[in-house]
Amino acid sequence: MNTPGATGRTGTVPGRVPKIRHGFFNTFRKDTAEGYLMAAPFVILFIVFVVVPVIWSLVLSLTSYNIIQPMKFIGLENFKELFTNDDLFIKAVKNTFSYAVVAGPLGFIASFLFAWIINQLKFRNSFALAFYAPSLTSGLAMSVVWLYLFSSDRYGLINDILIQLGFLSEPVQWTKDPKYIMKLIIFISLWTSMGTGFLTNLAGLNNIPKDMYEAGKIDGIRNKFQELWYITLPSVKPQLLFNSIMAMVGALGVFDITVGIAGFPSPDYAAHTMVGHMYDYAFLRFELGYASAISFLLFVLNFGLGRILMKIFSSKDE
Amino acid sequence: MRKRKRKYFRRVTPGLVLLYIVMILLAVFMALPLIYLVVTAFKPLDELLLFPPRFFVKKPTLQNFSSLLGTLDSKVVPFTRYLFNSVVTTVCSVAGTVLVCSMGAYSAQKLHLRGMKAFSRIVVYALMYSAPASQIPIYLIVSKAGMLDNYLSLIIPKFAIPMYFFLYQQFVSQIPDELLDSAKLDGCGTFATFRRIVLPLTKSATSTIIVFSFIANWNDSFGPMIYITSQAKKTLPIVLRSIADGGIARMGAAAAATFLTTAPVILIYVFMQSRVLQTMEYSGIKG
Repeated sequence: MNTPGATGRTGTVPGRVPKIRHGFFNTFRKDTAEGYLMAAPFVILFIVFVVVPVIWSLVLSLTSYNIIQPMKFIGLENFKELFTNDDLFIKAVKNTFSYAVVAGPLGFIASFLFAWIINQLKFRNSFALAFYAPSLTSGLAMSVVWLYLFSSDRYGLINDILIQLGFLSEPVQWTKDPKYIMKLIIFISLWTSMGTGFLTNLAGLNNIPKDMYEAGKIDGIRNKFQELWYITLPSVKPQLLFNSIMAMVGALGVFDITVGIAGFPSPDYAAHTMVGHMYDYAFLRFELGYASAISFLLFVLNFGLGRILMKIFSSKDE
Repeated sequence: MRKRKRKYFRRVTPGLVLLYIVMILLAVFMALPLIYLVVTAFKPLDELLLFPPRFFVKKPTLQNFSSLLGTLDSKVVPFTRYLFNSVVTTVCSVAGTVLVCSMGAYSAQKLHLRGMKAFSRIVVYALMYSAPASQIPIYLIVSKAGMLDNYLSLIIPKFAIPMYFFLYQQFVSQIPDELLDSAKLDGCGTFATFRRIVLPLTKSATSTIIVFSFIANWNDSFGPMIYITSQAKKTLPIVLRSIADGGIARMGAAAAATFLTTAPVILIYVFMQSRVLQTMEYSGIKG
């Protein structure tokens, strides 16, 4: 029963079976071998498809490489080029951030808020379905509908309604005018923002033991908002951490939906994002070194923000 | 679950009625584009070209579906082939990821293997790594492995997903050690314990991950866009784009295709919803 990894810790747990020393070779029995066998598929695939790519993209980002010619080490040239010479990259960064600072937090907050409300309503599952259903669709597939709804010609329903209601005097080129493209994309992505985070919240909220609320009442909690602040939010902290990371990663990685709505490249690059820029250099121009530099920046950005979120929503001290 | 009815809004107050009305309106608002998709898929051509445009359909028709299947038939690759591609790659990815991630999480949490605690911490950090950012090296790995333009390129890289590993881990860690120990005393080996104890106890996590993984793979357009070159191996999301590019005349067919693509996902979710939502609810084993 005592396997190597447990040594030292199990001994301190009261009520555990007293430890019998087996020695390394005795404990390295069939169990352990089977354990490693069980872990192997995930560990190997994770290393091959997650760990190695991170390291590889760092290495590639320091080179000039286009698959055909041999790789050439050029130090930090790519990064220098990105920040000093590539206006389009700067534009992509700006677009990505202007999207992420709105869509990320809004989606995160909305998915908690609506989960919180819906969890207390009757017909909880039906509401949950209605709110979650948009996230089941793919951005690219639904763009068919969005393009039609927001079409600037005479078939566009949204323009038609807005004109009839008197908000507009002439059709707006929602998907073609650089002024509106990003706003439209943010609006549409909010529509799909009740995703995984929303479900995680629903489940987490439902899992808070009833007696905690009753205990809270005894301890002097007067209204819903105190209850939310002192009981509900601390109880779902692990879910909030998970969701905030997912929302951040999703917001910074925005690409799919921009292609669906604005096309690639978008008019006047109004919907050009960091991932879009990377995609352009990697898979259309095959300048893999340069594209990897963008990937690596994205990685650093995700990781840094992730650390901050982990600090904010940490529940380790409780 | 019936007994656990939430009681906070027991009394019917004007505020409560208002809340319900607002929520219902919001729910309808959320569903509108989907409803629009459905009605458009059944619109005949003259209603598609109607001016001013109308939301609902007057004379529903199956014309779009037949034209979708028909027109694409005249090309080399029939629509059903794309459907087949999507089904095969999605089913394989989902099955693989469930197995790989659950086994990984179980061994990391409960088997006291050297190094696995540190490993699972790394996996949590990997949650922050956005998939598109690692596409270049993955592309190179896939191409080195000779999987380009092969179903495998859409399947194998989708197995080890940090998020699913993480979710499983949350569940597995709640299984009491005593239960696993007693299984062992009863003569269950590592694999038997996994199959007889761990898998059944993490069933709701499995349903959740099936749903998530199905959605992610079924809707994935990035993978087929870069790994698949031959038309006959492309999946539905790619095809939808090319149909939609046909302009207004193809709008009906595009809506029909989108409808056919979206319906299975929604059905699977509806089928699994209660289990997905109850995922964290079987709290009997929570220490």
